[in-house]
Amino acid sequence: MKVSLFLTCLADVVYPASVGRSTVEILERLGCEVDFPKKQTCCGQPAFNSGFHKESREVAKHMIKTFESAEYVVSPSGSCTSMLHEYEKLFEDDLEWQVKAKELAKKSYELTQFIVDVLKIEDVGAEFNGNVTYHTSCHMTRLLGVKEAPMKLLENVKGLKFTELPFKQQCCGFGGTFSVKMVPISEQMVNEKVHHIEETEAEVLIGADLGCLMNIGGRIDRQGKSVKVMHIAEILNSRGEAG
Amino acid sequence: MGIKTSNEKFFDRVEKGINDSFMRKAVVEAQGRLEGRKTQTTEELGNWEDWRDLAEEIRQHTLENLDYYLEQFVENVSNQGGHVFFAETAEEANEYITSVVKDKKAKNIIKSKSMVTEEIGMNGALEEIGCNVVESDLGEWILQLDDHDPPSHIVVPALHKNKEQIRDTFKVKRQYDKSSDPTELALFAREQLRKDFLAAEVGITGCNFAVAESGSITLVTNEGNARMSTTLPKTQITVMGMERIVPTWKELDILVSMLCRSAVGQKLTSYITGLTAAKEEGDVDGPEEFHVVIIDNGRSKILGTKFQSTLQCIRCAACINVCPVYRHVGGHSYGSIYPGPIGAVLTPLLEGYDDYKELPYASTLCAACTEACPVKIPLHELLIEHRKDIVEEAGKTSFAEKLAMKGYAFAMSNPGVYRIGSKAAPSVIGPIAKGGEGKGPGPVKLWTQIRDLPEPTGESFRKWFEGRDKKGDKS
Repeated sequence: MKVSLFLTCLADVVYPASVGRSTVEILERLGCEVDFPKKQTCCGQPAFNSGFHKESREVAKHMIKTFESAEYVVSPSGSCTSMLHEYEKLFEDDLEWQVKAKELAKKSYELTQFIVDVLKIEDVGAEFNGNVTYHTSCHMTRLLGVKEAPMKLLENVKGLKFTELPFKQQCCGFGGTFSVKMVPISEQMVNEKVHHIEETEAEVLIGADLGCLMNIGGRIDRQGKSVKVMHIAEILNSRGEAG
Repeated sequence: MGIKTSNEKFFDRVEKGINDSFMRKAVVEAQGRLEGRKTQTTEELGNWEDWRDLAEEIRQHTLENLDYYLEQFVENVSNQGGHVFFAETAEEANEYITSVVKDKKAKNIIKSKSMVTEEIGMNGALEEIGCNVVESDLGEWILQLDDHDPPSHIVVPALHKNKEQIRDTFKVKRQYDKSSDPTELALFAREQLRKDFLAAEVGITGCNFAVAESGSITLVTNEGNARMSTTLPKTQITVMGMERIVPTWKELDILVSMLCRSAVGQKLTSYITGLTAAKEEGDVDGPEEFHVVIIDNGRSKILGTKFQSTLQCIRCAACINVCPVYRHVGGHSYGSIYPGPIGAVLTPLLEGYDDYKELPYASTLCAACTEACPVKIPLHELLIEHRKDIVEEAGKTSFAEKLAMKGYAFAMSNPGVYRIGSKAAPSVIGPIAKGGEGKGPGPVKLWTQIRDLPEPTGESFRKWFEGRDKKGDKS
């Protein structure tokens, strides 16, 4: 199966290479042939959510073209994947691009969704030793509708001691530009999230969206706390490491 | 009062809310309680998503045919001797209501809870002509006694007050000398209100739903105060938003059940009151004269626009009860009698962006509201629509943001530019990643006020991927 990786700008520019690397390695281990269209940039969500739809449309067109020949597009982000599904709305007055947007949406998957729903695999043979908890990101669960897939995969990771995060459905306060436009509110939200994470006594917080992880992890680091933040791809690519 | 509840700036209100530790604790508890009960009663009912689809369909159908159903309702009220007044503006509504009150030479007015009367500032208009207006909903009564403190929630208006604060208000305003025990407090309120019920010449109510087929109005309460307000006074005035209508009792049945479950997690509230026309011969109670005031006040401007679904709202506050922003800032931060997600969508539609331009941005777009809404208003999408209008039409976006977004779009649709930027990123982030409080360019500076950034480490993904491509190593 041929898979084109949509890395996302956060994984590409801000985060260390390991998120992308893990995504590629897992997919290859599961029998996929992975390519990386080099022209890819960002999904356009920052402009879309800020109401700059003309600007978002330019980015969307670029992304549609970049992934035009892909069989499947897989991304280590629920939020960015859900944005690919929003493109259709951007081209309500442009049938040609709307058709293309729909085609892209149809073949685009978040990583865990792809593994569970398309590859039909629930055990990726991973082993990770440590106490962990998992942050369900809002766009992945509510907009993309992916709720079960990450849990199914984590259940089969050997060595994982899992504690459910209290108030897991609560947003962490990232919200893209919200995190910089509404700093005082975002601060309260992320404080509450960090507090609940600490309640679980987990050593590692796992998430499937780098936006949330950057927000929560950034706050944890600023507060000098020791909880480590890891992307689910890094966990699923583990072979017996310890948290 | 009107829609606007504060002259303070948005971020000042937010700061106040964040620093109000009692209010925040109360909100967290109330959200937990209300949301918990809602989940329980909707699970009990089963097939909640199908019910939501049905409720959405009913509301959409009603709005699509609003002129027809309003006409039917008005005809049925009139045929049964009721008086109907259609008010295009708040002023028109208050003029009519005060004229009815003057006509009756009434001084004492008892009210049941109604958001739309707050919206039009009716109490103030009646007080101006010398009336004594008494709120009979316990929460609203507390706020009224406390020098007209604005509501902070549309269902639980005094959510932000604790029992000690309520005791103190009673003490100062009504010489209350007992404890802060809720039973004692409620008993005192009951005694006090009884006199007002008996003295009232006019009873004013809101309207949860008006039933077109019979010309009836319905009220959903737990305290029974709406029944008292509609049985004792000789004149009844019901004030309703023009969208608050259902075709028949069949649809009412469905929507009331969903309203009670979504608002307070009850299958039904203690009192669901349906009232048709004034007292007839042989009736033991009820008003002798019945007026319905139907309020437009900006609603017909929303009809037919991309915001039409906002009018589907049945005022249950389910969106408020799950909102993580409301959770931390509380209702007063919104500066509107309509707080939370529905308030952030509705308030700018009714009042414009001038005083409320921040509201559409006071959301992470987490979509908890959209998921909770029993009539499926796509609240988070409507917030984006507001943002779009603020950018494209209202021209209220800063030049810097416009420029930044243009730059963003240019970089993100030109891979060459994007690569230059992303190659430079580690050198920008690196020095400030850890503990760089308030450092960095543009939005990064705002980010680092409260958070660190991931430290750039080692080779980039692109280099790694290219490297293995060259080696042909894919193991």
